Amino acid sequence: MIHKRSRWVIAMLCFGLAFLYVPIFLLILYSFNHSKLVPIWGGFSTRWYTVLFESPEVWEAVMLSLRIALINATFATLLGTLAALAMVRFGRFKGRTLFSGMISAPLVMPEVITGLSLLLLFITLADIIGWPGARGFTTITIAHITFSMAYVAVIIQSRLIGMDQSIEEAAQDLGAKPLRVLWDITLPILAPGMLAGWLLAFTLSLDDLVIASFVTGPGSNTLPILIFSRIKLGLKPDINALATLIILTVSIGVLLAAWLMWRQEKQRMQDRKMASRTDH
Amino acid sequence: MSTDLNDTHRPWLDPKQEPFIKIRGVTKRFGDFTAVDNVDLDIYKSELFCLLGGSGCGKSTLLRMLAGFETPTAGNIFIDGEAVANIPAYARPVNMMFQSYALFPHMTVEKNIAYGLKRDGLPKKEITRRVAEMIELVELGDFRQRKPNQLSGGQRQRVALARALVKQPKVLLLDEPLAALDKRLREHTQYELMNIQDQLGVTFIVVTHDQEEAMTLSTRIAVMDQGRFIQTGTPTEIYESPDSRFVANFIGSANIFQGHVITSTADHVVVRSAQDDTLQFTVRHSAELAQNTKVWVAVRPEKIRMLKDAPTTPGPNQLAGSVHDIGYLGRLSNYKIKLDNGKMIDVTHPNQTRPTSGRHLVDWDERVYLHWDSASAIVLTH
Repeated sequence: MIHKRSRWVIAMLCFGLAFLYVPIFLLILYSFNHSKLVPIWGGFSTRWYTVLFESPEVWEAVMLSLRIALINATFATLLGTLAALAMVRFGRFKGRTLFSGMISAPLVMPEVITGLSLLLLFITLADIIGWPGARGFTTITIAHITFSMAYVAVIIQSRLIGMDQSIEEAAQDLGAKPLRVLWDITLPILAPGMLAGWLLAFTLSLDDLVIASFVTGPGSNTLPILIFSRIKLGLKPDINALATLIILTVSIGVLLAAWLMWRQEKQRMQDRKMASRTDH
Repeated sequence: MSTDLNDTHRPWLDPKQEPFIKIRGVTKRFGDFTAVDNVDLDIYKSELFCLLGGSGCGKSTLLRMLAGFETPTAGNIFIDGEAVANIPAYARPVNMMFQSYALFPHMTVEKNIAYGLKRDGLPKKEITRRVAEMIELVELGDFRQRKPNQLSGGQRQRVALARALVKQPKVLLLDEPLAALDKRLREHTQYELMNIQDQLGVTFIVVTHDQEEAMTLSTRIAVMDQGRFIQTGTPTEIYESPDSRFVANFIGSANIFQGHVITSTADHVVVRSAQDDTLQFTVRHSAELAQNTKVWVAVRPEKIRMLKDAPTTPGPNQLAGSVHDIGYLGRLSNYKIKLDNGKMIDVTHPNQTRPTSGRHLVDWDERVYLHWDSASAIVLTH
């Protein structure tokens, strides 16, 4: 009986995993397909990788996406941290509820609405003050900062709430003025949270199609916009090659993160052992 | 006892001595809640002063006002003659040891201790020297490169102490300094703390809810309740001469009998129990009380003598009852004696002899006779 059930469970597990990963394996496999027609196998080749590397359009899109993601992640982390500090450490100021509501609104707002409203804002601004003249890099970056900042603020906020406030008081008690406390104590303790926020903002920006396509202009294609528009024209195998490269990058990132976490956990265990060994 | 000794060890008795810390009319309100209610207090140089009270009595708020984390709603605090109410925490000549120790998790022991000196902009050599001195004082030489989470509770406590002391503050504030340690370590650390205080001569103000800790540590104790001081005095004064039922019950335990004054002379009063007309207490007392005043007679459990034989001559301060319960603690035993009138009395007796064949001094339900000296009890008027 038990044996039967476990077989059933294993079958379901395999089915679930296959559902998730077979498409990805197929995609990787077909990126090495020599044939020009995506679904027909024409022998192993790296030809589409060569095509990809020789296509300036794709590289422009990659560079644009990376540039936007970098600037977005940096500014979102900065602003998100400041917003979280204001909400957790400044006590009950006037309009705090409104402020915290407005900070977290982009988390629940449909992307279409965010994108549309930002587009309207940019058009109106261009009419009134003549800025932004052309939509593209600047407008996409600003749009991305507005929504990824909310995610950063939430991460930092939870870390700040969990932090023992007497640590900051102790620094002040030892002669550090408030800005000094922020720099010496609060920010170093928040650093892991800020790094996580930065990475999240970076990923959100790389990933975004909807908002970017609203606020972009002619000639400014981010990677998701490019891929999506290619599909409309018919899929070419070089996109498979690009997707494989992206999967590779992500896998390396995930493995790196896992290794770092494992090392941290090991360090923590060691610290605990050290502390208990030296106890009286 | 010479008067000289009195003057150097008990500055609060000498009217010519100027208090080092003066708290004057300090009140702190949070909205409708009054945490500290118009208190005055003098603390002298090199004292180890304890603020003792239950949770929410205002002791921590008062300490935070001394440190500069809260500003008084009214009144002022003077440290070494300087009004500090409006000086921010980072500029006060005061340092604090936090209950959670609040060590900087990303800094080593050495850096934690050096942080305050760096903020003062001292030369590097001076910082290194003073940090090394402090590390030696708290015996953390082997751990100077460790991070706080690599230390045991006792070591963290010593880092926190060293970090606060290294700046040579005029006053060191300690918020429940021993609460996070286990019992054995607490007793050891208690004496260590007293030695360090004695060695450096810094004025310590300790907040605690633990009355035993307050009794062993302090030169004087202020018992707090609902934002006010109920009684201030040396541990002996607080324990032996509490001036209210609250203090008598809060510090140690006390058997309290309600009654009325029958006669009052210059050196003693006679009180008749309200519960039992046949019961009379004679208490040595310096102040005269009017006849029929409602009073309470308090006797500490360890000051009651317990005998198995009935006294030959009846007199005051004599009770009879039977053993209701025995709490054997090893070095002493607590007995709950049920009096003939139904009242329960606590009696503590040291176990001076080893019980033979597992039998104690008295046994359950055995009849016993209680008696105490007229100087051992106290009369309380409120």
